[in-house]
Amino acid sequence: MQRSEQGGHIDRNTPISFRFNGHNYTGFDGDTLASALLANGVQLVGRSFKYHRPRGIMTNGPEEPNGMVQLETGAYSQPNILATMLPLYEGLEAKSQNCWPNVHFDLLSINQLFSALLPAGFYYKTFMWPKDWWLWYEKWIRRSAGLGVASKLPDPDHYCHVHEHTDLLIIGGGAAGLTAALAAGRLGAKIVLADERNAMGGSLLNEPSADVADSEIAVQIDGLSPKEWRDQTLAELQAMPNVRLLPATTITHYGHQNHLVGAQRIDEKQKPSGQRLRQILWRFRAKQVILATGAIERGPVFGNNDRPGIMTSGSLRGYINHYGLDAGRNVALFTNNDSAYRTALDLLRIGSTVQIIDYRSSTDSPDARLALQRGAIIQMNAAVTNCSGGARIREVHSHQLNPDDTLDKKSKRTVSADILAVSSGWTPTVHLWSQAKGTLRFREDIQGYVPDTISCAALAAGSCNGDNTLSQCLQSGHQTGIEAAKRLGLSGAEPTLATIHAPSDQHEQIVKPLFIVPAAQDKAKRFVDVQNDSTAAGIALARREGFRSVELVKRYTTTGMGTDQGKLGNMNAIGILADIAGKPIPEVGITTYRPPFTPLSFGALGGASRKGLYEQIRPTPIHHWHVDHGAIFEDVGDWKRARYYPQAGEDMYQAVQRESLAVRTTCGIFDGSTLGKIDLQGPDCVKLLNMLYTNAWDKLPVGRCRYGIMLNEHGMIFDDGVTSRLDTHHYHMTTTTGGAASVLGWIEEMLQTEWRDWQVHATSVTDHWAVVALNGPKARDILQSVTDTAIDAETLPFMAYTEANIAGIPARIFRISFTGEIAFEINVPARYGLALWQALMVAGKEYGITPYGTETMHLLRAEKGFIIVGQDTDGTVTPDDAGLDWLVSKKKPDFLGKRSLRRSDSARSGRKQLVGLTTNDGKTVLPEGTHIIETATANPPMQTLGHVTSSYYSPVLDYPIAMAVLRNGRARMGETVYAVNPADNSSTAMTVCDPVFYDKEGGKARG
Amino acid sequence: MFIIDCPWCGTRDQSEFTTHGEAHITRPEDPETLDDAEWAQYVFYRNNVKGWYRERWVHSSGCGRWFNLLRNTASDAIAASYRPEDPLPPLPEDSY
Repeated sequence: MQRSEQGGHIDRNTPISFRFNGHNYTGFDGDTLASALLANGVQLVGRSFKYHRPRGIMTNGPEEPNGMVQLETGAYSQPNILATMLPLYEGLEAKSQNCWPNVHFDLLSINQLFSALLPAGFYYKTFMWPKDWWLWYEKWIRRSAGLGVASKLPDPDHYCHVHEHTDLLIIGGGAAGLTAALAAGRLGAKIVLADERNAMGGSLLNEPSADVADSEIAVQIDGLSPKEWRDQTLAELQAMPNVRLLPATTITHYGHQNHLVGAQRIDEKQKPSGQRLRQILWRFRAKQVILATGAIERGPVFGNNDRPGIMTSGSLRGYINHYGLDAGRNVALFTNNDSAYRTALDLLRIGSTVQIIDYRSSTDSPDARLALQRGAIIQMNAAVTNCSGGARIREVHSHQLNPDDTLDKKSKRTVSADILAVSSGWTPTVHLWSQAKGTLRFREDIQGYVPDTISCAALAAGSCNGDNTLSQCLQSGHQTGIEAAKRLGLSGAEPTLATIHAPSDQHEQIVKPLFIVPAAQDKAKRFVDVQNDSTAAGIALARREGFRSVELVKRYTTTGMGTDQGKLGNMNAIGILADIAGKPIPEVGITTYRPPFTPLSFGALGGASRKGLYEQIRPTPIHHWHVDHGAIFEDVGDWKRARYYPQAGEDMYQAVQRESLAVRTTCGIFDGSTLGKIDLQGPDCVKLLNMLYTNAWDKLPVGRCRYGIMLNEHGMIFDDGVTSRLDTHHYHMTTTTGGAASVLGWIEEMLQTEWRDWQVHATSVTDHWAVVALNGPKARDILQSVTDTAIDAETLPFMAYTEANIAGIPARIFRISFTGEIAFEINVPARYGLALWQALMVAGKEYGITPYGTETMHLLRAEKGFIIVGQDTDGTVTPDDAGLDWLVSKKKPDFLGKRSLRRSDSARSGRKQLVGLTTNDGKTVLPEGTHIIETATANPPMQTLGHVTSSYYSPVLDYPIAMAVLRNGRARMGETVYAVNPADNSSTAMTVCDPVFYDKEGGKARG
Repeated sequence: MFIIDCPWCGTRDQSEFTTHGEAHITRPEDPETLDDAEWAQYVFYRNNVKGWYRERWVHSSGCGRWFNLLRNTASDAIAASYRPEDPLPPLPEDSY
């Protein structure tokens, strides 16, 4: 193909230079990359996915299976961009994908020779065994079956999301969309009209420009050429304050309640520079939706139907009329319907020799009559069976049909052709309708599925509704626009439709069903899904192997699973399946359409939610001190918690050993601000606590604290913590860091839905209080040095609470201990947190106060056998399993989860119980999660006794300690059990013991 | 994603809410009098219907209040949004 002397809706005064596969080319403003490449004679644009066959541009729309390019380079590089949809811009740079080393010489095209070894399901069947080879297979598959490559550099461009509420969203700015917008807009509806193209107008732009149009057949709307009418209409819509035009916007998702998502490409005709917004992701809420999404022409399946130079007929017409291209000297047309004759007339106008192979036995199309008069050769009742050529088509082979539509094998005819245009019908673009759970109905007369019923407020117009001619599209858009306005409650004088003069449309359109041409004797490949290299033989194979459902055939053969989602091939696949199964098409069904309609970039999906705006962090009020002192952090939910504070040369193990010993011998300081805190107030607090916790709360005096565990209604532990009575009707509850939100949610749920008359207010105060914990034998001395309040063991005994003034800061002191040492949890308003910490560091300096992190906290509590909910429990652990039966009140009539403790499964014997473990060699620290068995050697398959939940080397005891859940654990005290390392079969012997390893009597904490 | 009418705040995007399954399952008055099967009915068993469904929602990223929706699970049509103490709104005529 090349550029013609005249015609087209491009601006021939504005040349644009671009690069493709390293060569410089020139196109015009208004070109797409595809039309500019074709104008420069570039037909071959890529290699196929599996067999690496040469492929050319087949269409001029979003259905394009081959013309995908890697656009731009470096950080701006984008894979899988459709050349047919990409407006040409100055400096554009693109290259072919999926060819190595280049598109003309592709080493992997050797796959073609071995194609008999690559049938449908090949990857599934072959690359399964031996499993160690998978890594090698994967590398090979990825190299040979890749598409584009995503840039690994940060995306320098900007994206955002916009929420738009509108009366009416019209999708598609072609003939139907424009008349719908005009009608509804004139009636006053607030409208958004979105079109996936930069230049709206759809098929109106595929009609010849006024300077070259043939007056005998030209379409005229209100006396204007289609392009002129489109310009005038867009100008009128632009001037309406109630209409917003969104070009270059692909509506890609249609969900329930008319929630639609679309991506708008901004300044598509500018080379990306990182300086401006690149895409907007629109989220629409529309009262009414009109789908005017058009139809996609498909070609039939025949031998070598993927050769470069084969193009859908309407696309070829688009390249001639929209982009002003010459098609080539010899053009063959294969059709089963009348639309291809419009292409034939345009071809004849620009001087091509036209051979038409018509699958039907007759047509009364006036276009056909005219084409014949003007020199086209028409072969009725015939089918293209194969074509030959290498990197592009040279000859087309056809056969006449017998009365039963089989081939007359003796009638083979060969014509030479530079281009073969194909049309076997128009598939309505019902993707969005179907996404919104609208039902579809098969229409025999157009051989396609059209929208049927839908529960959303949506209407379909134009060729997506099966109205295939231009005049039908204009009319149905107009009617639908009026209907949508009525549904919106708008009244007014009904607008009138433009007068349409379209001589070709005035006869009955006959489509003869055609999905696949019977094979002549040759073994040529017949492609169903060109992008995914899936063939008719593959579909037949899938059927033979027992895949009946169209959904399973799709997955087995990968038909329709490429980036084009089978826009060209799916209908053929269904037709072929129907043929094999001997069923009518509606009984075969149709695969589910899923978003997105065309690929969506991650940039658009992310919008502004990147980095800190995507992932928020919760630092504690003391965070910067930890940073300044070299803390290593761990993420707990959104919180950043100091894990340990390594000194020069220390690794985590060494730091934790040092920090732990410091707590046991002098004093450690710990930032516990992330602890969940809930303020409870009201006369029914006790009632609430009695229902939430397993133990009794009636007798807790003011100024005292109590530990409790909470169960869900399944009877399983879901959180624990200490709750303190601050005043008669005022309690301070603490939860685990991770459980804070769910505990408050649980309380709110019960108070709002079950106990609505209870008088309790629950308020999250987690962020209001900074918590600093002092733990260790010297903790009291240090704290007493900065407060006048008496905190001696008699005034403030273990599990007591007092208010105090510490270093000038108003504080709450809870004498609770998670380490087994003398401990104070000091709460101050968050803004004083850092000041308190610093004051305590100064006061503790002479004692050797040591900051410690969560890792040391975990070790210290494990030495005491204290559980961490979520680490030593996992949602299947009852209080008795955890050895906490003493915390379960036997007297309370009810609490949440109580009844479940008596369920046969919760009460049975042989459940896993929490125990301690020591390794017999006195040095091995088992990995957490290690499975425990009864024998010294593993002989799988075998049952495990349980697994290690916590495991550390205890510096104060100088041997490894572990906690584990073990079947019948408490009955196994003193028994030897084993862990076997599956990597080397080495076995570790362990002794089951009490989980409290350190200070069993608990005297230290009370000191 | 759909729009939900919070009975306290008005219409908001679904992303502000969390759903908690079937509504109107009352915690038994005296669980201790129930046998295992009866208790299991309350704890574990829920209807999973295609069609109109009364379900619990909480405006978790908003006012934090619990309420009920009468929603069609097949079409996501919402017939009513009501507070726990409100009388039951009637089921719509169409059964999907």
